Amino acid sequence: MWHFPIIAGQVFNGFSVASILLLTTLGLALSFGQMNVINMAHGEMLMSGGYLAYLACKFVHGPAAFPCAFLVAFAGASVLGALLEVSVIRWLYGRPLDTLLATWGISLIMQQGARSLFGAIGVEVVAPHWLDNSIVISHGWLAGLSLPYVRIFIILLAAVVLVGLVLFIARTRWGQWLRAVHQDREMAGALGINTKRVDLIVFALGSGVAGLAGAALALISPVTPTVGQSYIVYAFLVVIVGGLGSLLGTTIAALLVGLFSASAQMFTSVSFSDVLLLVMVIVLIQFRPRGLVAKRSRALQEA
Amino acid sequence: MRLRLKRIFDGLFLIALAFAPFYLSAYHLSLLGRFLALAILSLGLVLVWGWGGILSLGQGVFWGLGGYVLAMHLKLVSLSPGDLPDFMMWSGLDHLPKWWAVFNNPALTLTCVVLLPMAAAAVLGWLMFHRRVGGVYFALITQALALAFSTLLISQQPYTGGFNGLTDFSTILGYSVNGPNFERGLYWVTLAFLVASFLLCQWLRQANFGKVLVAIRDGESRVRFLGYNAMAYKTVAFAVGGALAGISGALYTLHVGVISPAMVGVVPSIEMVVAVAVGGRESLTGVIIGTLLVNWGKDWVSSAIPELWLFVMGALFVLVVTAMRGGLAGLVEIPFRMVDSRRHKKATSANSVVAAVEQTEAYKA
Repeated sequence: MWHFPIIAGQVFNGFSVASILLLTTLGLALSFGQMNVINMAHGEMLMSGGYLAYLACKFVHGPAAFPCAFLVAFAGASVLGALLEVSVIRWLYGRPLDTLLATWGISLIMQQGARSLFGAIGVEVVAPHWLDNSIVISHGWLAGLSLPYVRIFIILLAAVVLVGLVLFIARTRWGQWLRAVHQDREMAGALGINTKRVDLIVFALGSGVAGLAGAALALISPVTPTVGQSYIVYAFLVVIVGGLGSLLGTTIAALLVGLFSASAQMFTSVSFSDVLLLVMVIVLIQFRPRGLVAKRSRALQEA
Repeated sequence: MRLRLKRIFDGLFLIALAFAPFYLSAYHLSLLGRFLALAILSLGLVLVWGWGGILSLGQGVFWGLGGYVLAMHLKLVSLSPGDLPDFMMWSGLDHLPKWWAVFNNPALTLTCVVLLPMAAAAVLGWLMFHRRVGGVYFALITQALALAFSTLLISQQPYTGGFNGLTDFSTILGYSVNGPNFERGLYWVTLAFLVASFLLCQWLRQANFGKVLVAIRDGESRVRFLGYNAMAYKTVAFAVGGALAGISGALYTLHVGVISPAMVGVVPSIEMVVAVAVGGRESLTGVIIGTLLVNWGKDWVSSAIPELWLFVMGALFVLVVTAMRGGLAGLVEIPFRMVDSRRHKKATSANSVVAAVEQTEAYKA
């Protein structure tokens, strides 16, 4: 009848999927909430993070390779994000639908670029030996459940990044500026904050975190040129469910979406769980049209 | 003057299209025919996005509904009585599902080609707009819808033909779908539908409906405070857009002879939006030309240098959005605007202040 180990294993998988989704979405939620920019090329930041981690592992050997891969993925994706902000997005502020189209164009170019450079077949990052094992539970009612270290590592990584981001926003000078710009851009500017630079930092940071997600994803599945596109639609569903620019809402929503798909897949096929997910989001919007954690404002919302 | 020039241009363009079968090769005529079918969907996007301000990244869904409904009918009429479509037999079905069998009826099929996408769009639109979900949220939800629709079609192999879709048609309403005569007739039918859709959109635009719709785009709250039911206007616009998409999908399926999930997913849906953006999202004539040019370009580039197409497409997106927001139609407007501004300079200084204010308002919008 009910096999607890299988269900627990699926829930665990749901958590690890949610972790990658969370890492992907954090940057989106930040840039969407603060700048009202829809970055469709965000998935390609994840993709380039994966490829950069692959390259790093190719050129660096020994125990340093693994941390190095994550560092390179973060730094490289940040630089790419910053370039994107300066070259295209900066010119489109206040026109969210247009940023959506322009960044979709960028994402097409980046996908084709990756295909030309690395080929259409996926590349993989081999996890170091100390991540090869898994925790196997052999006693009690969860007997037979196995939790691979790699997935535990990904969940921990997401948790660490999330805590780091929260501390960055709550405790540092840059975080204070960021909150000020988020709350009232014109007022913050009038008080002497360089809002453009804050935007740039937010964008680069969000892209870097997506790069980390790509490196983490490369550990469990191959990186292909279209890997970003397969994640971006879900990532945006998470943003919609979570609410504009709220880290708390985004976290809850990522867990919700990850666990929902994982548990729906137990009962139906993958494709049908996609449909169910969309139905759930549409139903949810009927009750909370501005997301789970909505930004309170008395201003008329035109957008 | 300006209006008359536009009318003359539209008329000449129509004449050129109407006589295309006499001067184009069969291959190019079939290309032109299918692109004109796509242009019907673009007209719907002008109504929805250009005038209504509602960006839909899921038009492929309504397009696909129209296409699949017609394809189911074509599949059924090509069978001898009692037979099953080939893919159903491969998937181990032993009898025809009820909801397939009803499409044996041609009148019902043709009605459903229009009404089914229209109803789907109306329901989705109502669900979103009555909670005042619009703008970016709406665009992203419709995109998710396109993804879900195409994955669902692929996974339901016994009922939809799976990844390969539906193909291998023989007759429609008693006419064989092969041969040059059918091709030519279908071209004119497509053109007739295009002209009818064009006139419908133009009529909607100049009627009160269109004026309120544009007002909603520019300031939804203000229109609401004036007592209009903004939700109803947006839902109707979206439903009409869906119906046009359905017709477009059905005609395209006839032209190409196949419909498959790859033609209705996220990427084709967004390509439809680009064609509209290139043509000029507010101009009916503009988007027809934009759709023809973008698709012709796609056909040409992707057969000559396939790897290049995505680069070209991506660059086109960025260019149109950043540098030429009005699309091709906006470029044509430029000389007229120069004449206008010269006239403005001759007017009194008070007037030019008004003009300046209007210009900044327009810039903000």
